[in-house]
Amino acid sequence: MNNVQKQYLLNTISAAKRGDGRGLEDFRKMEIETGVIYKAEGSARVRFGKTEVIAGVKMDVGTPFPDTPDDGVMMVNSEFSPMASPKFETGPPREPSIELSRVVDRGIRESKTIDTKKLCIKKGEKVWMVFVDIYIINHDGNLIDAAALATVAALHSAKMPEYDAKTEKPNFDKKTKKLPLSCKPITVTVHKIGENFIIDPTLEEESITEARFTVATNDKGNLCAIQKGGVTSLTTDEIYKAFDLSVKKGKDLRKLIKG
Amino acid sequence: MRPITIKVGIIPNADGSAMFSFGKTTAIAAVYGPRPLHPKHKQISDKALLQTIYMMAPFSTTERVRPGPSRRTQEICKVTREALEPVVCVEEFPKATIDVYINIIEADAGTRTAGINAASLALADAGIPMKDLICSVAAGKIGKEYVLDLEGKEEDATDCDLPIAYSQRMKKITLMQMDGDMSVKDTKETVNLAIKGCEEIYKKQRQALEERWMK
Repeated sequence: MNNVQKQYLLNTISAAKRGDGRGLEDFRKMEIETGVIYKAEGSARVRFGKTEVIAGVKMDVGTPFPDTPDDGVMMVNSEFSPMASPKFETGPPREPSIELSRVVDRGIRESKTIDTKKLCIKKGEKVWMVFVDIYIINHDGNLIDAAALATVAALHSAKMPEYDAKTEKPNFDKKTKKLPLSCKPITVTVHKIGENFIIDPTLEEESITEARFTVATNDKGNLCAIQKGGVTSLTTDEIYKAFDLSVKKGKDLRKLIKG
Repeated sequence: MRPITIKVGIIPNADGSAMFSFGKTTAIAAVYGPRPLHPKHKQISDKALLQTIYMMAPFSTTERVRPGPSRRTQEICKVTREALEPVVCVEEFPKATIDVYINIIEADAGTRTAGINAASLALADAGIPMKDLICSVAAGKIGKEYVLDLEGKEEDATDCDLPIAYSQRMKKITLMQMDGDMSVKDTKETVNLAIKGCEEIYKKQRQALEERWMK
């Protein structure tokens, strides 16, 4: 972005306005659709304005980790496909993609959303593995929040395949039970631009953000995961303000998820 | 906090280097640069590129760590860079690179914080202009007690693990991560405790640098 555009954006935000007419603490028009991928156990498409993300849940039977023999396994992975933005390239995942998957993963894992004990089939030998894959379809800012919301919606819409004891494999033709889930963790990222805090930035706004602060909250309003990003430092007061904003906005978003 | 050991200038080949340990966690860091950056397209016209490379030695943990980058180490590289860059005067060296290599030679929780402390000392030792030293420590809550500098066993028992990096002079936080389940109020308490820990580390870092350079 050139300096004129940048200055214009900064001026608008410092006057507590947004280019698209939103308030500083408003999300863009939001759509959540679940069950968009028939073959997946659970799936969701989330749109924040022009940002679009699909999360899919696939399950399989595998061996547990040796240190947690009776816990199921959950993994989150994300793919920044080159079709989603001219800035994305093919090849192994880079830092932004890795950070996104790990932040989303922590939000789900630390809030103990999935009761992994109930995913155990035979202790030490067979457990259910839950794979969440996040695909970015179009990148127009705020990927972390969109991806986290899509993940939670996909998990809540998921139906587990039945375990076939004879073949020791999952039977994908019979999907009946829901996943053992306890809560809906919501991730909200607060961006600092000038002296203002905004949420749900567009790609343009994201390019001038100084620091970003991501907070995942559970149903009780407790914090489950935090990640600061960006090369600007923040005072404790600014951080506490971000906590409060994330908790408040998290409550609104949670209502949008069915299940 | 666990006993802290600091040594500055441990790698003669490097422009700056330091070792930092919290009890049984030991990090060593070496700084090379500012030096020319290749390939050229990676150069930034108005500032230096700060590159941080965090690695764990395969023998540093109970179960051998597979060498090479993992998702975890790549995330740590990123947050370490973002923790340090606010105080490094990168604008002094346009188009150059400053490479910070962090090796964890023994790990018992708190490796990213030990790594940041070592890196900040190594940058200072290399004579790179900085606005402040960065200090870093994790805090958490076990039962009703707030605890500072979690060690391996405590990390398993805690409600949350919250590492921060802090600039004492600016009174600002440059890194914060957290995983766990804690109310907003408790989180704030934990942050305040971690800041107190950072203030103590700051004194020790200064002392170590003075010992090396003020003799």
